[in-house]
Amino acid sequence: MVDFNRFTLANGLRVLVHEDDTTPMAVLNILYDVGARDEERDKTGFAHLFEHLMFGGSVNIPSYDEPLQRVGGENNAFTSNDITNYYITLPAVNIETAFWLESDRMLSLAFSEKSLETQRNVVCEEFKQRYLNQPYGDVWLKLRPLAYSTHPYRWATIGQDLKQIEDAKMEDVKAFFQKHYNPKNAIMVVGGNVKTEDVRALAEKWFAPIPAGERYLRDLPQEPVQTAERREVVRADVPLNAIYIAFKMPARNDNAYQTYDLMSDVLSQGQSSRLYNSLLKDQQLFSDVHAYITSSIDEGLFVIEGKLVEGVSIETAEAAIWAELNKLVEAEVTDVEITKVKNKSESIMVFAEMSLLDKAMNLAYYELLGDADGLNTEINKYLAVTPAAIQQAAKATFKKEQCSTLHYLTAQDA
Amino acid sequence: MLNRTLAPESKLVDEISFIEPLKQVLDNGIPVFTINAGKQELVRIEFIFENVNWNASKPLEAIAVSHLINNGTSTLSAKEIADKVDYYGAFLQTEYGADQTCIKLYTLNKHLQSVLPILRSILNESIFPEQELAIFIQNQKQSLQVSLQKNDFLARKSFANALFGETPYGSNIQPSHYDDLKREDLLNYFKAAYKPKNCTVFVAGKFEEAEFNILNSIIGKDWDNDAPSITNKFSFTSIHQGEIFVEKPDAIQSAIRMGALAITRNHPDFPGFQVLNCLLGGYFGSRLMANIREDKGYTYGIGSAVASLKDAGYFFIATEVGVDVCSNTLAEIEKEISILKTDLVQDGELALVRNYMLGSMLGSLENAFSHADKFKNVYFSGLDYSYYENYIKTVKSITAGNLKNLANKYLNTDSFTKVVVGKK
Repeated sequence: MVDFNRFTLANGLRVLVHEDDTTPMAVLNILYDVGARDEERDKTGFAHLFEHLMFGGSVNIPSYDEPLQRVGGENNAFTSNDITNYYITLPAVNIETAFWLESDRMLSLAFSEKSLETQRNVVCEEFKQRYLNQPYGDVWLKLRPLAYSTHPYRWATIGQDLKQIEDAKMEDVKAFFQKHYNPKNAIMVVGGNVKTEDVRALAEKWFAPIPAGERYLRDLPQEPVQTAERREVVRADVPLNAIYIAFKMPARNDNAYQTYDLMSDVLSQGQSSRLYNSLLKDQQLFSDVHAYITSSIDEGLFVIEGKLVEGVSIETAEAAIWAELNKLVEAEVTDVEITKVKNKSESIMVFAEMSLLDKAMNLAYYELLGDADGLNTEINKYLAVTPAAIQQAAKATFKKEQCSTLHYLTAQDA
Repeated sequence: MLNRTLAPESKLVDEISFIEPLKQVLDNGIPVFTINAGKQELVRIEFIFENVNWNASKPLEAIAVSHLINNGTSTLSAKEIADKVDYYGAFLQTEYGADQTCIKLYTLNKHLQSVLPILRSILNESIFPEQELAIFIQNQKQSLQVSLQKNDFLARKSFANALFGETPYGSNIQPSHYDDLKREDLLNYFKAAYKPKNCTVFVAGKFEEAEFNILNSIIGKDWDNDAPSITNKFSFTSIHQGEIFVEKPDAIQSAIRMGALAITRNHPDFPGFQVLNCLLGGYFGSRLMANIREDKGYTYGIGSAVASLKDAGYFFIATEVGVDVCSNTLAEIEKEISILKTDLVQDGELALVRNYMLGSMLGSLENAFSHADKFKNVYFSGLDYSYYENYIKTVKSITAGNLKNLANKYLNTDSFTKVVVGKK
């Protein structure tokens, strides 16, 4: 159970407070309701590049990191297709420093040319390190546009290619800030050794003076229902053949979301799971095989991926995956299986309460989904999933015409 | 009117309190160190075994045993073990380290009684079935093939091999080493290493007398294994100094890793060396990050670290950079080290590093697990909590002159091993 208090400032900033006096530390987490899905088609990678620029100094404070480190704090951030999330951990006695720094960069950035220039380079190196200079590193740059024809989930958060990042201009940076970085589009969670009344006073002092700005109204192109199978073959200098199969699945707030999550667990959670035992242990077709969901706020993906044992044909491997998916279509999962994946979900949620930062991030995310208390009631949704519901989900999902398949093959097989 | 240019008042981190463990002993003599803390009804139990009987021609024995120990016992198949552990929502992980091997159980307290018998079977009755070994060999070889295409993996591997040669710290594992694995050898290793005399247990979470009694009644009984063993022990003088270049004609980034043998946690200079390391490359605002990432944009990240193993300490710097700026990066690293050796660090920067390190220490004591980890660090170095007192004192009081001396003593780039994988 993660307790919290909640209030909203006059400018629209939502604030949640989680008091935890077992730690001398505090966390200040700000989630901005903007991700790669909000980018324009010819300016992809921008939300993430922008996240880097948020550390390049703000209107009144030339350096973001230095004053924070000086009071014993640390910070970082991440960007996904849906959100951009910034967090600070520091000794609770110095919490006001976090308010000072975060409020100033919500007020306005310094917009320094030098920072833009450097961070363009840093992000290009990140692109190379994580996506281009790794075996299979570019899979998601291929799989997303195959699975999505229209929705901006077509591109990865890092961006479509290096070129669009290299071309980023200061005017784009300013426009992006204007549009997305204002109190109405943000959720702040303060957690740890703090008191709600102190947090309220600090929030009023540092954040209330920030102009409300325009509320960004999201109107994204909708993904049409897929009616024909999609396939792509990639050849690259990799040692093993690999296969990726993606299906659309319901959005994060859909009632069926938890059903799909547990269905992926039945296939792939732990060494007792179906894919591991059937495909890796019994048939020995894969040296590595997983099923998982992307947990996207809009319609997401249910993915099965695996690396093939040398000598196994890609057709055999693909057919074996389908055989496992068809088992879910043809029969209900057993009571033991469903109990197992529910118990596992319960454990994972209790263990997540060990970390103050995780609790703060989760509160912000559930508040974005509609209500932070969803974090505490989420387990009930998992416990309510039935074997019949999983079978129904499998029937609705595992159809060839709704499937996008990527074969990622070693160049020497050509 | 709010003046946003002025930083709010702040305080130094003064009080850092550690939770020391309670020591108990199981009926069979295994020591149990418990950090009983936290609100959640859960527990982490770690069974840690010293690595033994090192044989350089069979470098994968301990690793394979650690991987396969939960893949079949005389009473439970691999699938039955996994089914039971997963059914109770528990997590059973095995972790091979260069000095010790750990079997780690995470479970909700309400399932402790049900899960521990599985662990008992694993620790006593593992049989390492041929079939499971064959699958392990095949899949690990494939996974190694993928890793061998990663420049940072290659850099790490060749750096370790240059420093530590054919020991668990540096062994140059090849796919063929997997083919040499024999079931008989695994069984022998299991019997020698997994015995009460070689085991220490660390518990963290909600763990009171009732839970201890459950542990003792299931794990505290006699164990089957008791073959003789010799605990691994090594001494090192750097085997390969100088430059090692592994060319990858198609690389778009080069992986750099450089450094040298240094001191372990037991050495009086160790805390000071950690401050020096922090300054150079140990945090986001470090000199290497400020120069090579934030000023020049050569890399997504660069860092340095001091590592303390049982029989050796070492220092290293690691990064991945665009191939066109690889030589520039090497020159900038040299430059930053040379500045540390000639110029005194300014008061402002030193004050910042002190506060950052104290805040970071405070933040690393977040929950019962992290308190147990802090204890393990000193326990396996043969130290006690006075190490942390001394660490905190050093962070607060070390002078610019001390740091310059340490840089001259430990950062001699002429004797560094310098690995580049990619293009120069």
